[in-house]
Amino acid sequence: MAEDLQKRDERWQLRIRDLNKSFGSQHVLRGVNLDIERGKINIIIGGSGQGKSVLMKHLMGLLAPDSGHIYVDGQDIIGLSDVAIAKIQRKFGMVFQYAALFDSLNVVENIAFPLLERYRLPKKEVLERVRELLDRLDLKLPGIEQKFPGELSGGMRKRVGLARALIDRPEILLYDEPTTGLDPIATQNVDKMIRRTADDFSVTSVVISHDMASTFRIADRIAMLYEGVIVANGTRTEIMAAPHPVLKEFVETSGAVALAGAAS
Amino acid sequence: MSPPPRDTAAVQPRSETPKPFAAVAKVFSPLTGAVAVFGEHVLLLSRAVTWLFRRPLRIRLFFDQMEFVGVGSLPIIMLVGFFTGAVTALQAILALSLFQQQRYVGFGVGISLARELAPVFTALMITARAGSGMATELASMRITEQVDALTTFAVNPVQFLVTPRLVASAVMLPVMSMVFNVVGLVGVYVVSIISYHIDLGQVLALFRHGVDPVDYFQGLIKAFFFGITMATCACYQGLSVRGGAKEVGLATTRAVVSTSVTVLVLDYFLIQVMNVVFPYGGT
Repeated sequence: MAEDLQKRDERWQLRIRDLNKSFGSQHVLRGVNLDIERGKINIIIGGSGQGKSVLMKHLMGLLAPDSGHIYVDGQDIIGLSDVAIAKIQRKFGMVFQYAALFDSLNVVENIAFPLLERYRLPKKEVLERVRELLDRLDLKLPGIEQKFPGELSGGMRKRVGLARALIDRPEILLYDEPTTGLDPIATQNVDKMIRRTADDFSVTSVVISHDMASTFRIADRIAMLYEGVIVANGTRTEIMAAPHPVLKEFVETSGAVALAGAAS
Repeated sequence: MSPPPRDTAAVQPRSETPKPFAAVAKVFSPLTGAVAVFGEHVLLLSRAVTWLFRRPLRIRLFFDQMEFVGVGSLPIIMLVGFFTGAVTALQAILALSLFQQQRYVGFGVGISLARELAPVFTALMITARAGSGMATELASMRITEQVDALTTFAVNPVQFLVTPRLVASAVMLPVMSMVFNVVGLVGVYVVSIISYHIDLGQVLALFRHGVDPVDYFQGLIKAFFFGITMATCACYQGLSVRGGAKEVGLATTRAVVSTSVTVLVLDYFLIQVMNVVFPYGGT
């Protein structure tokens, strides 16, 4: 089995095995096992404080687990040196909950930041790549390039955050609760954005969410994290039929079944 | 094998104490807590220094911070410096007039400025202005996940955020302290020569006789250490914040208070050390 995991798998890009993490006396992750499908939108759902964000930070190597393994294309990233981790991190892009744009930099500088930090590219080339990406993401507002994050709306900021995550052409995009704090229309726009990004840039998407309605709209695969373990994992239909009581409650209270039914 | 701790986790959770020692640990918990916090400050400082010698060197960040700490504080340092010199001269003249020795005002105030007033007041004023600013900026970067974002681009937050602030403070506090000295002496001049008509020649002669370059040197050394203290305390408080807007405010308060107290306590010990290194050879 171990040899299996250390080989690049065509279907599963990320494989998490027995991941454990405690903070003091709090045992947050209690043996998480999960596979993330290549090129698909994988959504991890769960209530607040169930360890979703902690799990996501592990994926990028921002946190080190107490035990367990994470295989990215067959390479275990746990226990690697900082330099090796930095190399793996280039495969990832992360879209933060509130965009986490750098306040002191304008839109172009924010988007160009990963390129300028990672490579010694000429400024002109960087600017070209930023502009091309702004076009592809429909971020065409007069003067937007020179605007600072504080001058942008929440939705705009999210898209600039996405642009920054995409600029280095990642293979895997992580979204941390992308629809939190947005109105229904903005939520739908973000859903579309995630869908389109997954299709246009052919990236593997991992989304952390507690928004069931939008989860059922866009997910290819859904996993539920509850009390530090994955209690259900599968496609939309599999999840709707899953017997786990907490998952059922989650699905029912969100009215997502009705929505999904209406959609099909 | 466990991986090395990442710098983002500025405050690592401590392991649990076995039961029989729990009661003892509870009694000593304020003390151990203080020691742990002190240790974390030292750790942050040593990391910031280590990262100074690793690539890449982002020169612009250093100059940005120097501008913020130094140039930005120039008006307030000049204002406070002038009035500190003037007020001290005023009081000195009153005291010296008991013995009809007002001409010693330049000597007395000059030496106080050089050794104590300039470095300490500069440190306190810059802490209020730039130290609080550093803590607030880093704290809000922390709670809006900008610090995590840095890490996702393989940028070390300590190298990117703490090292430039540390270097800028260590360089600019002595510089500002020197500005404070000069402007303070202008204050002395205005009070003693212009207001009290004390003889300039005598004041200058006694000043030159009594105030040594070593006095200024001691002041600069102190300012250097105060700069390191300020940057370390401010960055530590900023980076270790958790929660929301309220915590940002509290972190700023803690940064200013802890720096101010540390500066005054450290001052005492620095004087002790320097009295040994540079034995006082006054007049």
